[in-house]
Amino acid sequence: MINEKYFNSVIVLLLLLVPAWATASDEPFTITLITRAVVFSLAAVGLNIALGLGGLVSLGHAVFFGLGGYAMGILAFHAQTYSALFEWPFLIEGTKSMPLIWLVALIFCSIAASLIGFLSLRTSGVYFIMITLAFGQMFYFFSISWPKYGGEDGLSIYVRNGFPGLNTLIPLHYYGLCLVMLFLALWFSARLKKSPFGLALNAARQSPERVETVGLNGKRLKLIAFVISGAITGLAGALFADLNRFVSPTMFSWQTSGEIMIFVIIGGVGRLFGPVTGALVFVSLEHFLGGINDYWHVYLGLFLLGIVLLGKGGLVGILCGKEKINA
Amino acid sequence: MPEAVLSTRGLTKYFGAVVASENISLELKLGEIHAIIGPNGAGKSTLISQICGNIRPDLGSVFLKGADITKTSVRFRSRAGLARSFQISALAMEDTVLQNVVLGALGASGQPWRFFNSVMSDAHLKGTALSALESVGLTSVAHKRAFELSHGQRRQLEIAIALTLKPKAFMMDEPMAGLGAEGSSRMTRFLNGLREKAPILLVEHDMDAVFALADRISVLVYGKIIASGSVSEIRKDQRVREAYLGDYC
Repeated sequence: MINEKYFNSVIVLLLLLVPAWATASDEPFTITLITRAVVFSLAAVGLNIALGLGGLVSLGHAVFFGLGGYAMGILAFHAQTYSALFEWPFLIEGTKSMPLIWLVALIFCSIAASLIGFLSLRTSGVYFIMITLAFGQMFYFFSISWPKYGGEDGLSIYVRNGFPGLNTLIPLHYYGLCLVMLFLALWFSARLKKSPFGLALNAARQSPERVETVGLNGKRLKLIAFVISGAITGLAGALFADLNRFVSPTMFSWQTSGEIMIFVIIGGVGRLFGPVTGALVFVSLEHFLGGINDYWHVYLGLFLLGIVLLGKGGLVGILCGKEKINA
Repeated sequence: MPEAVLSTRGLTKYFGAVVASENISLELKLGEIHAIIGPNGAGKSTLISQICGNIRPDLGSVFLKGADITKTSVRFRSRAGLARSFQISALAMEDTVLQNVVLGALGASGQPWRFFNSVMSDAHLKGTALSALESVGLTSVAHKRAFELSHGQRRQLEIAIALTLKPKAFMMDEPMAGLGAEGSSRMTRFLNGLREKAPILLVEHDMDAVFALADRISVLVYGKIIASGSVSEIRKDQRVREAYLGDYC
């Protein structure tokens, strides 16, 4: 068994060295590829808070990924066409500023997660999975049938949005930005796990009666976790849209929800670096196997099957064993 | 005569045509152990659930320290000092013993909405938890995970968690279940000391434990209390013998 701290350090080193190598050997596509992995990681770090800590099997996280994406798409679309979003009751214009776009994404995803969580948390188990999936599909079909923002074709944004002090069109700059967001989210979720809230949430997942009998509101704990989770995944959506300079209803599709969940499961549910590990493996498989064969999902399926059959802890669980107690 | 810590008045609960509780009035006084006995399906667990708030009675009321708590939630009653131990232990099994008790202290503090500071380095919560663990004698296993504990230790852990909430009354649903002879006698000694902290309403099938511990016994049959009295009164009662005890005594 590898010490989990060493394992995590290796992943961090990988995230730092691969782009350094790519820059040195002039392989900008590798940087784009690993940026994709980092953005997926961020989305999965978000889901891991609901799934790993709260035990909420959400098959609707594409809602937040897509909302983040469309927050970027819509604001940038209005900026590039010099048209206003609203003129009444007050004027709201588009923007090409990333921090502003992220803020809008976070706010809208938090609101959406509060509403979806509030309704979905009345159920549990399979019903929870189904109702979150249903919300995902609602957003998917809504985005398809709204022609103003591209409908089925999606929205193309010609120039990547700006961040003060950086040239986001340089792949390495944009990668750095995404990596910092990922590290911030990882730091936050590590703190969250050890916090009073994390302890209570973790107990609510294991035994709902237990938290109620000590006078805590288990449902509210889970709702807050769902909101935090959705907001982080939403931020990842905004970054993903900016990476591709393109948003489409695919971001809302249930396949997207499934992929985010696959990242977490491959890596290890509830483990700090599980989502990152899973996303890195997924993007590698997608790149290398996808290059060989169009039907590479078959191999992904076999791989996922192997991981799940080998044990509950995903890759991190298989390599590092059971999680240490934080005492 | 001391005032009752906990009392019920005319609790009645129907499940369809089945009477689970019929006009149940009982009292739990300071320092006593009040045992509820009766055959399977008599409505003992339903009674506990109504007192703890998981089930709403159709009629009647529950009072804690004179205040009517009939319409309050499980959470409210827990914070008001109604401590419950379950028939099947309800614990965060993957967490350590200490973490489980810190959870209780956190519930008592009423402030789980803190997202950044480390809960296990909170001196106040940890102190409360450690002293609760000490009073049930689980200090030596504080860093084991809950699932590693024996049945008896899990019960003690539930009680330790309850202690962090400064309980006014304990509701215990079959604490002797699955303990074995030696475990039962150890648990009996433990509960005997615990009544000093708060009175106990004890639902139990183990008659040795009940006769050793109870100050008062109420016999529940088909949702109705058919007899209530001291150990010797209940042992002598003809109806109780017929309904439940049989040749036991």
